[in-house]
Amino acid sequence: MAAVSSPRQAVFNKLAIVAVLVATVVFLAPIYWIGSTAFKPRNLATTVPPTVFFQPEITSFIKLFTKRVQMTKPVDPETYAAAPWWEKRIYDGGERVLKVGTKVQLSQYPNRFMNSLIVGVVSTVLAVSMGTLTAYGFSRFKIAGEPDLLFFILSTRMLPPVVVAIPMFLMYRVVGMTDTHIGLIILYVAFNLSFSVWLMKGFMDEIPKEYEEAALVDGYTRLQAFFKIVLPEATTGIAATAVFCFITSWNEYAFALMMTNRRAQTAPPFIPAQVGSGLVDWTAIAAGTFLFLLPVAIFTFLLRGHLLRGVTFGAIRK
Amino acid sequence: MVSIAERVATRSPAAGRGLSDLAIRNLFIIPTILFLIVFNIFPLIYSLGFSFTDFAANQARPWSFVGLANYRDLLSDPKIWSNFVITAKYVVVSVAGQMFVGFGLALLLNRSFPFKGLVTTLLLLPMMMSPAVVGLFWKLIYDPSWGPLNYALHLGDLAWLSNPEIALYAVAITDIWMWAPFVMLLSLAGLSAVPKHLYEAAAIDRAGTWYTFTRITLPLVSPLLLIALIFRTMEAFKTFDIAYVMTTQPSAELIAIRLYKQAFQQWDTGKSCALAYIVLIMVVAITNIYVKYLNKVKER
Repeated sequence: MAAVSSPRQAVFNKLAIVAVLVATVVFLAPIYWIGSTAFKPRNLATTVPPTVFFQPEITSFIKLFTKRVQMTKPVDPETYAAAPWWEKRIYDGGERVLKVGTKVQLSQYPNRFMNSLIVGVVSTVLAVSMGTLTAYGFSRFKIAGEPDLLFFILSTRMLPPVVVAIPMFLMYRVVGMTDTHIGLIILYVAFNLSFSVWLMKGFMDEIPKEYEEAALVDGYTRLQAFFKIVLPEATTGIAATAVFCFITSWNEYAFALMMTNRRAQTAPPFIPAQVGSGLVDWTAIAAGTFLFLLPVAIFTFLLRGHLLRGVTFGAIRK
Repeated sequence: MVSIAERVATRSPAAGRGLSDLAIRNLFIIPTILFLIVFNIFPLIYSLGFSFTDFAANQARPWSFVGLANYRDLLSDPKIWSNFVITAKYVVVSVAGQMFVGFGLALLLNRSFPFKGLVTTLLLLPMMMSPAVVGLFWKLIYDPSWGPLNYALHLGDLAWLSNPEIALYAVAITDIWMWAPFVMLLSLAGLSAVPKHLYEAAAIDRAGTWYTFTRITLPLVSPLLLIALIFRTMEAFKTFDIAYVMTTQPSAELIAIRLYKQAFQQWDTGKSCALAYIVLIMVVAITNIYVKYLNKVKER
């Protein structure tokens, strides 16, 4: 911190670093806990004292993807011997995998995961493309009442989801769009658009106007200049904006809870709903949570340079 | 004043070729504005209309206008006021916690050490996660009989989430865990912008650590801290997902949860539209403060 350092400051510095490391461990403990539970055998997931050292296994992930029932009597040895390795894991736990004929019945998880992926990707593509165009417009052209329009765009993001959800639900019901992918996609685009405009405007403002002006002098039309000069320059910004929009859609809970229930339900409302009152297999739920959080964790590392901008709508830059 | 078309024409060397700048500007901007009007503003007008009726979305019976009765009932309902009080408590506790923890972490991090980038990124992980899923796995951590938290802190079988006295605070702790990194990120940005020569000058003048902190660090970081404060206040006021997933305690029923139940469980649509408007007016008020300060900081 200080350039002139005394021995006292050096000690203080060391202590601060130790404190940071302790804080990091405390902060990451919950994430570690959910991750490690995903790889625990079921009987070690809820022990007192908590199990820290164990032989990791992936049975919970097999459970996550399949429909199973408790077996009343032990499995027939021949069937067991003929079963593939993953099915043996399920038999070992006193359960069997449900099948139609020889086809394994999948749980709802892969379907919900796919819904999250579809809704996330489509809404991101739409929000980012519209946002990029609008941001270019705001960045390069004189617009009457520009601050008011930008404020209007920002303010749509501030609406509490429940407030918007009530009228949207009623409107969707009239046109038959409740529990559809497209219905959720529209809501997420509306939600992410403001964010995408603000973030992209920051990136656009940083691309020198002279680039396009040179292209215009060389005989490009404005559109050609936009697609051939501006867009390639804005790639990093577009990528960062896209990932932020995707994470927002991916994580969104309230709209998904209110607008979908079966066909188009995404993972966030589904994962907590699995926890019933009965005997819960926490390892399978932890596995579902772990898989769900993995993309976000990877993106966080890729995005670290843009995080400040992303979480403040691009309003503050480093 | 010169018209926009003229100004664009004199400014742009591309005028006359392809689409005019004016056409491109409109083509780029108008769809977004229209989209937001149709899917954000129109629904609000629609629900404003319903807020004056006794409409119930799950019943086919005809509805009638009741004037301001919904608003009158809501504002005189002590239960709603208690939801607002709970929300206020939650906002104060969780935002204060986030500011304290977040700024503290930033102060600790604001020095060079090996793997600083990695440590900072790891600390930012919680705020990138889904609040609903975070709520779920904190439920596991809080579990009174086998949860690791009670074991680690020797708290016996303290039932965090089903004890009406502490359920709200248990949710606030999770919220602090999730969002302190946000305050940390903004504070770090503010701290890194403090000119080094100020500290050098202070050191030459033999200024004490506390003096340096209160007279140099704090004033220069405060605009960003204020933004973090307003941003988090607004978000905490709207909190729904994390609390809804974690606990069903009436003592932790935030206003957004009340609104959700009224609209989608009791199907009291007209009244819930009115409540939505009351909440909306409050959010707009906080948003205005936020934008005012945001513009101030941007001007710096």
